[in-house]
Amino acid sequence: MSDVILALDTSSGTRTALVRDGRVLATRTQLDARAHAEHATPLVAEVLTEAGIAVGDLTGIVVGTGPAPFTGLRVGLATAQLLALAVDLPVWGVPSLDAWAAGAFAADPGLEEVLVATDARRREVYEARYVRDPGAPGGLRRVGDFAVHRPDPVAGPVPAVGTGTTLYPEAYPVVVAAVDLDPGRLADIGLARARAGEPVPLTPLYLRRPDVHGVPGGREPLAPTTPTPAAEER
Amino acid sequence: MAVSEPLVLGIESTCDETGVALVRGRELLADVTASSMDEHARFGGIVPEVASRAHLEALRPTITAALDAAGVTLADVDAVAVASGPGLVGSLTVGTAGAKALALGLGVPLYGVNHVIGHAAVDELVHGPFPERFLALVVSGGHSSLLLVNDVATDVVELGQTLDDAAGEAFDKVGRLLGLPYPGGPHVDRLARQGDPAAIAFPRGLSKGRELARHPYDFSFSGLKTAVARYLEGRADAGEEYSPADVAASFSEAVADVLVTKTLRACAEHDVRTLVIGGGFSANSRLRELAAERCAAAGVEVRIPPIRYCTDNGAMIAALGSALVRAGVAPSPLDLAVDSSMALSLVSVPA
Repeated sequence: MSDVILALDTSSGTRTALVRDGRVLATRTQLDARAHAEHATPLVAEVLTEAGIAVGDLTGIVVGTGPAPFTGLRVGLATAQLLALAVDLPVWGVPSLDAWAAGAFAADPGLEEVLVATDARRREVYEARYVRDPGAPGGLRRVGDFAVHRPDPVAGPVPAVGTGTTLYPEAYPVVVAAVDLDPGRLADIGLARARAGEPVPLTPLYLRRPDVHGVPGGREPLAPTTPTPAAEER
Repeated sequence: MAVSEPLVLGIESTCDETGVALVRGRELLADVTASSMDEHARFGGIVPEVASRAHLEALRPTITAALDAAGVTLADVDAVAVASGPGLVGSLTVGTAGAKALALGLGVPLYGVNHVIGHAAVDELVHGPFPERFLALVVSGGHSSLLLVNDVATDVVELGQTLDDAAGEAFDKVGRLLGLPYPGGPHVDRLARQGDPAAIAFPRGLSKGRELARHPYDFSFSGLKTAVARYLEGRADAGEEYSPADVAASFSEAVADVLVTKTLRACAEHDVRTLVIGGGFSANSRLRELAAERCAAAGVEVRIPPIRYCTDNGAMIAALGSALVRAGVAPSPLDLAVDSSMALSLVSVPA
């Protein structure tokens, strides 16, 4: 039986792909950074229609878990989870930054290490470092933890990808060219990990605590955010 | 055997409750609610991001629990209804995104419905079909609205709403002034029962002269809340004792008096003989007493659903969805947008 995987990512715009046995049958991207809830399900319906696949023919759903701005991120997760519930399918979570890294490794066969930096708003970036690892499902391995912080001017000579590299070019002098977040790669990584029995949690990678400012009558502030280990290293 | 009526699954996620219910016709099969209220209590108010995170965690398990409780499966569902406004954007977004995927996956129509009108619609599940026209007073921590309902699925006219604080919000604020725990509404209500409602003459907002003429059916509670604060400051400055129970009772009286007086005025002007009161604030004991007393005198029937259907829940959304299906209203498009300030005349998002 062939694998028919729907991938959905709402970490930067809304992106979806329909992948059968490693081949992308249809894909849609809507870069609108705000209206994820409007676009997600209609785009999924479009790729299904274009590929001539009924929703009942899907065998799995892969969803990007961020890190990303919260409201958009939740659209992808809610959409994927309830579509999976409706059709009784497995749903697997893959960090969105993993797909960026996979794109970089595919674009440059000589690349062994890559830094992914995406827009976290508030003049900050989400970051993670990856190495190529042919033995790992999906062909890559994350080194260290996810972090959110100001773009770091000493990010160093590690080639970088992601929306953060175009927003803060001074912080990322070496960039892997022509890489975009491809939901097809998200599908590949998710399927490979699920098959290998690796964890594919649906936990959203928020990285930041809820902002309690502006709550009417809010009195008790939250404890300051604990820096992630990756942030402490810097 | 008669063909059974359509089964509607309703999803509510406008504020801090994740509610899912199943309604067939006017029969409620199951109603399950998950609340993040305890997580907000320590901040003294609802933190939107905390609520949104809780919705995402609760959505799928709440749906599953509601299906189990109703003894049905998703394959039995004929339509999905979701509250797509008004409410908190982050909260609305989780439920609406999920509802769309559910509708696509099941191949059934989607209705993006108005949360406030849902507070009135739910009464049909309790007290049976609505009369030809009725007035709905929807009062909660987020809303204080007076609606003329000619048909709950197709024709709702907004007569008025609060210009500042909602009734429940004013109670929470006065609760804080009196040093009561959050949410203050129920605490103020309990305290008020021990006090004298005529002890302090607190103002009735938009109830006299030109203000009344300009805003016959609108409400304003922020001046009242300020009057309570001034009264308490005045006693403190003068080093005088005061009775918190009298303050709570006089304040409650002012809120209930304005709500009931304006509502009955609207009943008279529009020749309506039925009033439905919904929303979490309809649990307020003084509002219930005063509405029952004055409506009986005016010959207006009052319908108030039990409190579990007055707080935010999935049943109100499923009930309104069911009314829309019954009326043959076209479903909403899958690209519908959430609308945090959805107009109260909009029952559902049009195709």
